[in-house]
Amino acid sequence: MDAALGLMRRIPPKHIDTALSALLSLLPHHSSDLLSQVDQPLQVLSDIECGKEFILCEYNRDADSYRSPWSNKYHPPLEDGPYPSSDLRKLEIEANDVFAVYCDQYYEGGISSVYMWEDENEGFVACFLIKKDGSKSGHGRRGYLQEGAWDAIHVVEVGPDENGTSHYCLTSTVMLSLTTNNESSGSFNLSGSIRRQMTMDLAVAEGHLHNMGKMIEELEGKLRNSLEQVYFGKTKEMVCTLRPPAELLQMRFPDNRDV
Amino acid sequence: MADQEENEISVEQKIEIAKWFLLNSPPDVKAILGDDEVYESAASEAFPLYNKAHLISLQFPNRSGDVLITSFGEINVNEYLDPRTAQVAKVDHIKQVCKSVRPATDEELPSSYVEEYRCAVEAELSRYVGEAYPKGICSVFCTSGKDVEDAGSDFTLVVVISAARHSPQNFCNGSWRSTWTIEFKDDLQVVEVTGRVQVGAHYFEEGNVQLDAKHECKDSTIIQAADDCAISLTNIIRHHETEYLTSLQASYSNLPDTTFKDLRRKLPVTRTLFPWHNTVQFALTKDITKELGIGK
Repeated sequence: MDAALGLMRRIPPKHIDTALSALLSLLPHHSSDLLSQVDQPLQVLSDIECGKEFILCEYNRDADSYRSPWSNKYHPPLEDGPYPSSDLRKLEIEANDVFAVYCDQYYEGGISSVYMWEDENEGFVACFLIKKDGSKSGHGRRGYLQEGAWDAIHVVEVGPDENGTSHYCLTSTVMLSLTTNNESSGSFNLSGSIRRQMTMDLAVAEGHLHNMGKMIEELEGKLRNSLEQVYFGKTKEMVCTLRPPAELLQMRFPDNRDV
Repeated sequence: MADQEENEISVEQKIEIAKWFLLNSPPDVKAILGDDEVYESAASEAFPLYNKAHLISLQFPNRSGDVLITSFGEINVNEYLDPRTAQVAKVDHIKQVCKSVRPATDEELPSSYVEEYRCAVEAELSRYVGEAYPKGICSVFCTSGKDVEDAGSDFTLVVVISAARHSPQNFCNGSWRSTWTIEFKDDLQVVEVTGRVQVGAHYFEEGNVQLDAKHECKDSTIIQAADDCAISLTNIIRHHETEYLTSLQASYSNLPDTTFKDLRRKLPVTRTLFPWHNTVQFALTKDITKELGIGK
């Protein structure tokens, strides 16, 4: 299992889907571990009744059905799937509405979904998801990307109210891929994934949604900046190590060739 | 297949999967397979492909230099020609070492006419590669027309440049691979040049990000004496590769304001953080717009 995870860490990001299927067939007894520890790009379903799409993940799945955050119904329908309590569902509805606006502000398009469920510790867990297609045929405003995908998964564990504060533990994962393609410079693709955690103790009076939202916004921003500056930067550094920019190379001509 | 358990896959399938992993990541697959025979079988097919695709270089045991493992210099799956020293290396693909070396036979080498060109290009190219790539290796192969005795016929040379860095302690790997096909066309007295460059970099410290960039270009020059051809061909290669590096750097500097922004902005258009405290307002606004039937 360790070997499998080590392998997955070093597989180039765009092959992760194939690699995961392969590992699942080689190690069928470890499937639940593999699925929970390896990040996969997000899938989407249409909630036709509500006229909106929603994101699929382990947190809204039961058997082969997925619960829509808009209608609170399972697709395809289920006899008795799990649902959040009515109080939590109210928070979930509000979270979906507000997060959709957040998504619009930062992603100028894209799909968002929020799922909540009670946990055993008298607190609850919330999962905020975003899927953005930034390609010029998708929601890429500026039309630079031949292909562009951003998947964000934020899981917040919220502890019970203890003297007015709650303990929040956020795990954020971002997966992305971007490709530009043109005549003069060929194809250029950057892809990758990154995961970080953040914990805070915050006043419940501010509101759970406010507290979770602030943390997500902060961590998502940090991940974005880290990807752009550190991670992309390191790959650029590697290229310049392989072949340093050579402003100083002389062109040689037959009549003044050095002997 | 009927009497296999539901979750078992066939040996052939295991080999296919192992081959795929071996081709797509540094070799580390034995533990997962738990089956040495499957591993050996997959490895013996996958490693040669991996080594040729990655243009790896191996040291000659007699310390006479390096041999590039490419399809252009392949005599058979285990033997590779180094045109510079006119030697053939016998290799172990799985261990990635050169086991033995022998001189190349006359049939394996080009004619002295072609060799004059090949050698001149290689000499000039080696100077360029030595200047431009801190750790680059290059070879020039004749892939067609190697028995051409004199002017009057076509022949083709292939230039291969390979530079790689493996720095697992810094969680970083990278490779630059260029292949330049040089066709000497006698009737037009022209040399047609086609270049393919592939650059990759992988950084995986607490995360996992990869660059995969490819570029193709064409150029041409006239047929001249071997030394003059070598200079103009190397200038062409130098020019295009330098330009490509510049365009790679430009792609990186475009990220903040253009390409990456198409995925996620740094901040909303308002240039302020999201007003989470005004959520009540948002909810109210949505309710009102719904009731009045405004907007979506």
